[in-house]
Order: sequence, then structure tokens, then C-alpha cells
Amino acid sequence: MMRRLILSLAVAALTLAGCSANDHTQKPRHITYWEKWTGFEGEAMDVVVDAFNARELEHAKADPNYAPIEVEKVTISAVEQKLLIAIAGGNPPDVAGNYSFFVASYADNGALVDLGPMLAKAGFDRSVFIDHFMKLGEYRGKTWAIPIVPASLALHWNKRLFREAGLDPEKPPTTIEEMDAMAAKLTKWEVTLPNGEKKIESGYLTDVPASQKRLIQAGFLPGEPGWWNYGWGYYFGGNLLQGQDKITADTPENVRGFNWVASYSKNLGIDVIKRFRSGFGNFSSPQNAFLSGKVAMVLQGVWMYNFIEKYAPGMQWAAAPFPYPADHPELAGTTNADADVLVIPKDSPHQAEAFEFIQYVMTQKNLEKLALGQKKFTPLNNVSPEFWAAHPNPFIRMFRDVAVSKNAFSIPQTGVWNEYNREMGNAVDLIQNLTVTPQKALTDVQSKMQDSLDRDLRIVARREKK
Amino acid sequence: MTSLERSNLRNGLMFCAPWLIGLTVFLIYPLVAAFYYSLCDYSVLLPPVFIGLDNYVDLMKDPLFWKSLYNTAYFAVGSVGLGVIMSLTLALFLNSKVKGIALYRTLFFLPSLMPVVAGSLLWLWMYNGESGIINNGLRAIGIHGPAWLADPAWAKTAIVIMAVWGAGNAMVIYLAGLQDVPTSLYEAALIDGAGFFQRLFNVTIPMISPVIYFNVVMSIIGGFQAFTQAFIMTGSTGAPERSTLFYVLNLYNVGFQDLRMGYASAMAWVLFVIILVLTFAATKLSQRWVTYDR
Repeated sequence: MMRRLILSLAVAALTLAGCSANDHTQKPRHITYWEKWTGFEGEAMDVVVDAFNARELEHAKADPNYAPIEVEKVTISAVEQKLLIAIAGGNPPDVAGNYSFFVASYADNGALVDLGPMLAKAGFDRSVFIDHFMKLGEYRGKTWAIPIVPASLALHWNKRLFREAGLDPEKPPTTIEEMDAMAAKLTKWEVTLPNGEKKIESGYLTDVPASQKRLIQAGFLPGEPGWWNYGWGYYFGGNLLQGQDKITADTPENVRGFNWVASYSKNLGIDVIKRFRSGFGNFSSPQNAFLSGKVAMVLQGVWMYNFIEKYAPGMQWAAAPFPYPADHPELAGTTNADADVLVIPKDSPHQAEAFEFIQYVMTQKNLEKLALGQKKFTPLNNVSPEFWAAHPNPFIRMFRDVAVSKNAFSIPQTGVWNEYNREMGNAVDLIQNLTVTPQKALTDVQSKMQDSLDRDLRIVARREKK
Repeated sequence: MTSLERSNLRNGLMFCAPWLIGLTVFLIYPLVAAFYYSLCDYSVLLPPVFIGLDNYVDLMKDPLFWKSLYNTAYFAVGSVGLGVIMSLTLALFLNSKVKGIALYRTLFFLPSLMPVVAGSLLWLWMYNGESGIINNGLRAIGIHGPAWLADPAWAKTAIVIMAVWGAGNAMVIYLAGLQDVPTSLYEAALIDGAGFFQRLFNVTIPMISPVIYFNVVMSIIGGFQAFTQAFIMTGSTGAPERSTLFYVLNLYNVGFQDLRMGYASAMAWVLFVIILVLTFAATKLSQRWVTYDR
């Protein structure tokens, strides 16, 4: 028995040895790439990775002395946290996808490789990229990340519900005031009459007690989906950070924005909204509040088109730049424009190979391939006519236009963003529940975050002195 | 030392080694290291910088520290109290000799086998303000239920109620304790004319007091470490309005989101001391009412 085992092992070993002996090409240089997207966005990246690997194999076939680079794509959830742990543990991937708003805190902690020298060596022309997006990867004078797929937000509206409410389905609101008036008309209730009969009425019906009415359709809810709750002030001319050291949470513009957010709670009633919202299904499902026609207008990203196609095909919708306050027409086209970025983690074992891969992705052809697959747009100034022609989203030009407008904003680059985001989230919670006034909530955030930022800057300064 | 003694010592140490190594590597070292880091600015990625007691001083001034401590204490007191009453009551019922008792015991134990994440997702649906089974049930008896997890006044209570879901574990331990109570004591009590409650308070509870003590201590420790339920059900911000921001959730945010691992280590040590003091207090108190019969 033992002898037979040894024999078969020997045969196996010989076979394996024979394989490699016959193979004259160089051993591939294996690198790992951490990707954060699953689903269609992940698949779009698969296509690019496969094309890169195929190109490398071709190169190796032509030149037997060339060791091809082999990229292995690994999908990681919550990559912004796991990447950090992997870097701290000294076992990072060679290259990783991340969100642009984590660049600052990663860079402050020395977790990333400065791409500047490699870019310079490769003769990189910065002006090829849209300045706004390139800036997302730049922090404290160095380039830490390359933007690959940006996204922007716009108002999406349900044309059928517009028609039912007697509104022109082709005419979106352009000012916030118009939008508020439309939202009121798009609000529908089931009212129980004293004789027990039920009937549908629209408007805010503030004179009908809550026990006699049930909300069945909302025109607009600032908290749906609530992913950018920190940013409402920007649409009113506010911002969250000036320079690198001044928190601007409680400026009059921000207070105005959040007063507007609170106005929806006042008009509809806090309990009414809570009940209504708890009837919403998952975002990625046909029960999504917008897709199921429960909310007529939402602020959503360029990807929303995809979810409509998938979960509510045949839905009549359109998208337009989010409205601006009537007294500030210069704020037209305000949108949140952040990007997915590629980074090389500190201690990445194959930095040159990783950069080679980044360079491959950075070309117009490949960025367009990626953006087309992810149904977004590219961070480049040049767009090929084929890209526009092939893009399935009918509003893709509008999404890019707002992203390159002067009113495009992105999440502030600061090492304390996570905390700032939580504080703003809590403030919006308090504001929407009408627990405190927007002024009070934002003043609290202001003082807390200014302290945190000062502390963070002190720590960074001390590190730099060392 | 004779050679026999020496070889005995060596063998003894070798047998202890897996445990000793495990304790040192996974418990003592992290404890000591965390204490050192709690005296530093430490972001995990860069070498720690010693700053003395600054983290502890900042902690005392941090409103979120106090808020999360209050939330956690509320949860611990609620879940320990409710948990002990529920699991003891269940154990008493399931200690009776009726047909199919094994089935009943299994049924009541089953929920505690469910992973916390799955249980939390399930309760998320049960607590749904519009279509949840709880509010539907309340509506049937004419009560207009709250929006539970979306309502700052109810979210914490909702998570406490959910803790009863895991009462099965403690119940089994109580059941084992109950079956250990000698029947001779009940017989003697019956002959003396003791009723059900007299037997309960004068025989059963004193006889299982060590078990109650054990369960209470374990629940306090578990209660102060509450994390998963809130993380899954209300998110890492502890929404609504931070009413479910538990201590460990806050620690997680500070340590793993903000990369202030030194500050998080200080929080961990404060929690360690709190649990230590509470356990010590429970032990001291227990000397008054816990009877060790054998």
C-alpha cells in the first residue's frame, strides 16, 4: 500500500515537473487587485481586467523574455475599512479600488503610495482629466489616487405621477420653490370620511387630523434615500469645509438648506413620514420607493437608470439637474460629484506592476469601456462620439454636464470626514424629527467638528515634524 | 529536584502549554498592548506617539462617551432584568412533568441558536412600523403601535425586548439547576404545608441561587458588550438620534472608522474596568444571598 502511494506521488511529481520544463515562457508576475463593486459594476471591471491579462499574455508570446503581469481581481465588501486593516497588517493588495472621499484620511496616515513620481516618469498629462476629478485624488500637494469612474446626482421624476397630478410630465421644476409647489400637488392621501367612506385627496391636508388620513404617495422626501443628507446645504450655496482647517457647518446657507429639509417634516408630519417610509422595500427591489411610485421625485445618481431598467422596466421617467433656490440662479446645476479611484497601498509588493495596470485602465479607451459597463461616464475631458452613441442612459450628457459645472461639489477632503459624516447624519436625524432647530443642530456640529479637526491637524502636524 | 520531578514538571508544563500560549498571545498581550496604546495617539498605520493620560481626560469630556455609556447601561439593566425573569419563568414551566416536555424545551431553546445577525434582520421586519407583525398584533387589540426602531423614544426599548429572544441559553442552565434541587426538600416543604410560592421562594430560588448568580454575571458582561443588534438594525450612527449608540458601537466608530485606535483603546479599558467593578460587586453581593449547599 505504502509503496503504491509513493509511486503515485512520484508519477505526479514527474508530470508536474514535465509541464514546467516544457514551458519556456517567463513565470507570470501575479498581482492582486481589490474591487469594491459587485453586480454589473463589478462585471464591467472584470472585462477590463481580462483584457489587460490577455494583452500581457500576447506580449509574453511575442517576447519570451517578458514576464506577463497577471491581475487577480478580488471583490471585497467595505473595502475602505478592510484595506486599512490589510495595510496595517502588512499584507495589502498590490492595487485597490476605493472611494475618493477616503483619500485624505488614508494619505494622512501614510497608507498610500504617492503616484506623482511614477506619473511623471510615464509622462502623464494632467489636463487630459477633468480638473475637478483629478483633484479628488490630490491631497497636500501629492497625487495619491487616480479617478476612474465618477458619478453625479440629479433629480429623477416619475412622469406618470406628474400626469396624474395634472402637471406637465415633460417639465421638471427648475427652482426649489417650483419643486415644493409640485411636491404638494404630488402628495396623495387616503382620507377616511366621518361616514366611514374613503377617498383620495392630494395636497398636505394640514387641517385633517392624522388619524383620518393615510399617506399613499409623497411628492418628494429629503430623506429618500438619504444617502447624501450631509449635502443639502450645498444646493443653497453652503459648504462643509473651507481650506483645510475651517469647518463651515452652520453658515446661513446651510441653515437655510436644512430649514428646507425640516419643512417637509412639518408639512407631512413626522409620524406620517416614519410610517410611510417603513413601508418602503429594499433599494434594489421593485418595492423601491421611487420605482414603486410611492415617491414622485428623488435625488439620485447616474446609476439609477440601471435600477429602473431592472426593476421597473417601462416606467416613464426623466432626469434633470436638481433645482436651485429662485433667488440664487447662479447655483443651477449643483451636484455631488465624487469618483471611484485606484490607489496603490503602502507596502504593496509589486508597485511597478500595479502602476502598469493603473496606466492601462487610465486610457480613454479603457475608461470608456469601464464607464459604459458601469453605466456612468469618464473623468476625462475628451469623450469619443462612440461613447455617447453607445451609452444606454438617455440623460448621460446631462449627468456629465452637471459634473463638470462650476457648482459640482464633492465630499470635503479631510481626515475627519467619517466623524463629520456621522455628526451630520445625526444632525439631519434631529432636524427631520423636528427635535431641535436646524440652527441648533448645525451649531452643535460646528463646535464639535471644529474641535475634532483642530485635534486632527495637531496630530498630523506633529507627525510631519518627526 | 529528582529527575522524576523534573520530567513531571516538564510534562506538566507541556500539557499546559497550549492553554498558556493561548492565554498569553490572545488575552494578556492584547490587554497590555491596548493599555499602552490607550496612552498614545495611535492610528494603527503609524507608530504610536505617547501622550500620557490625554485620551482618558478627553473621554471624560466627550458627550458621546456618556451618551453611549447611558444607552448601554439602560440596555444592560433592561436585558439582564427581563432576561433573568423570562428565562427563570420558562425554566420553571419546562421543569414540570407533562407529556412532550422534550419538544417544548427544544422549541423554547431554538431561538437562541439563531445567529444574532439573522435574528436582528428578522426583528427588523417584526418591528416595521407599517407592516410589522408586532404593530399588526397591537392594531388587532386597538393599540396604535409606535414606529419602534425609527422612534428615538422606543428604539432602545425595542432592542431590550429583542434580547429576550436569546433567553434559551440561560433557560437551559436554570433547567439544569432546577433538576439538581433534591426532591426530599420539596417533600419536606409539602409535609410542612408550604404552598407553591413558599416552595419557590424558600426552596427553589435559594437552591439555584449559584446558577442565578452565574447567569446574572454573564448577562451583565454580555449586556455591556451589545453591538451587533444595533449595528444591524439601526446602523453604526446609532440612529434614531443616537438612542441606540451603544458603547462598543461608539468604540468601533472611533477605532475603525476614525482610526483613533488610542482613544478606542482607552474606551475599551474603561469598559473593562466597569465590567470588572460590576462583576466584583455582584460577587460581593452574592455572598449575602447565594447558598452553596454542597
